[in-house]
Amino acid sequence: MEKNLEEIFQDKIDREIRIEPKDWMPEKYRQTLIRQISQHAHSEIVGMLPEGNWITRAPNLRRKSILLAKVQDEAGHGLYLYSAAETLGISRDEMYEQLHSGKAKYSSIFNYPTLSWADMGAIGWLVDGAAIMNQVPLCRSSFGPYARAMVRVCKEESFHQRQGFEILLTLSKGSEAQRRMAQDAIDRWWWPSVMMFGPKDDESPNSLLSMKWKIKRFSNDELRQKFVDICAEQVKILGLTLPDPDLKWNEERGHYDFGAINWDEFWQVVQGNGPCNKERLGARKKAWEDGAWVREAANAYAEKRKNRQSVNAA
Amino acid sequence: MDTIRLNYILHLADNALILGHRNSEWCGHGPVLEQDIAISNIALDGLGQARNFYQSAATIAGNGATEDSLAYLRDVIDFKNCLLAEVPNGDWAQTILRQFFFSAYQYLLYTKLQQSNDGQLAAIAEKSLKEVSYHLRWSSEWVIRLGDGTEESRTRIGNALEFLWPYTGELCLPAGYELDAASNGYGVDVSSLQSDWHQRVSSVLEEATLAVPETGWMQSGGKQGRHTEHLGYILAEMQYLQRAYPGAEW
Repeated sequence: MEKNLEEIFQDKIDREIRIEPKDWMPEKYRQTLIRQISQHAHSEIVGMLPEGNWITRAPNLRRKSILLAKVQDEAGHGLYLYSAAETLGISRDEMYEQLHSGKAKYSSIFNYPTLSWADMGAIGWLVDGAAIMNQVPLCRSSFGPYARAMVRVCKEESFHQRQGFEILLTLSKGSEAQRRMAQDAIDRWWWPSVMMFGPKDDESPNSLLSMKWKIKRFSNDELRQKFVDICAEQVKILGLTLPDPDLKWNEERGHYDFGAINWDEFWQVVQGNGPCNKERLGARKKAWEDGAWVREAANAYAEKRKNRQSVNAA
Repeated sequence: MDTIRLNYILHLADNALILGHRNSEWCGHGPVLEQDIAISNIALDGLGQARNFYQSAATIAGNGATEDSLAYLRDVIDFKNCLLAEVPNGDWAQTILRQFFFSAYQYLLYTKLQQSNDGQLAAIAEKSLKEVSYHLRWSSEWVIRLGDGTEESRTRIGNALEFLWPYTGELCLPAGYELDAASNGYGVDVSSLQSDWHQRVSSVLEEATLAVPETGWMQSGGKQGRHTEHLGYILAEMQYLQRAYPGAEW
């Protein structure tokens, strides 16, 4: 019987029929999705912090409004994604609990600091750019609620990416000090962005099954190559450079070759040793703990109102 | 240059900007994700209102003034916002109550400002009123929830009430430029809003089971450029890039 269900499930996947929350699914599929979607939601929420860091220091009113709206969009993405994960039978509070205890991860990129205004540009261009590369295929993910959430997320992300590039473009046409700021931001964000695609294919433990189940459509290395190819061209428009002496067009492959990734750094940051891991998680925990009395008050008030209404009705 | 009109519009703009700036400090740190989004939205509305007012002020100021030169290149003594806008966020109760007091004031102010004989001010007021109506509803609901929630929330909103109340007197205490603006038909005499403001605030506080404070000594001076110590820090942070890199385009 179990095998039969599994066959029906895989058959749907193969025929590109979306899996919906009430459909039968293998437990491992459910767990993989919970892990991936909640990790994605946490990344949106933790990702608000490095950019939120510059809202009060944005250089003019237009940039300030755009940045605030962008960070607010990320909260919105977090909201859709938590809701998508909740359809799999986990509550938002449980997911927060996993984030705060360190059991659930979020994208390591947000453990790097934002040191100058140019970082708002570099994050938009590179980090959001890498995110889009990962996320566009997820709009066709086999799990319906995730795919639908991603359609909305991707629309907004591509807007953010253009805004980020435009920040860098403005800086690149500005003073020497502004160009230095822009180049420094690219130098710091480039490699962490390249790492955002995750471990190399032969070292990515969850990838194979995710491909079979069409949660994932392209391998980490395929997406990474695509990202490098695009950025290597776009950086020319800025008149700036990517910090990789080995970056070179390879006629034969039809792709850019690029230098070795520092995987030791990658794993160190994943394991909690990045420059801002403690601060980022600390800020999330603080917001949650400081907000406990607010949530309790809201619940208590809602409860009182319900009781009053039922008394009135009786 | 019409200095009185300029001061009046700057006062409206500064209120919206400084309160918006304060609210934006919550972004990413709210107690509930949905409320993080709500407070950021209110901050964005404030920024939008400020930009409209500054743009209008810039045309009067002339001399190459822009929304950004007005927001980023004036010092504490030039800012004309009410003190209430600049006090620190404190906890969620303090932020909520500050917003509620301010929204109740802006709601009444913008309602009347729609009749301004300055077409631009009337238009900005009309647009902003829609936003402020929501801010007022949202903050009223939260004041009630916190007052009538748990013992802790009640204590906290009580503390906020005690702390913020002395800053509310300035809202309806007109500065010279406000009186002139009113008599010239483009501004609102805020003293005429006082009893309405008090009534609206009292009815929400009562629903929140909180006692309306006695009206004692009130702080003032913001409208004339005499601020709390906090505004200097807000401006130091906000204006840092414009000050460090004069004349740069961003």
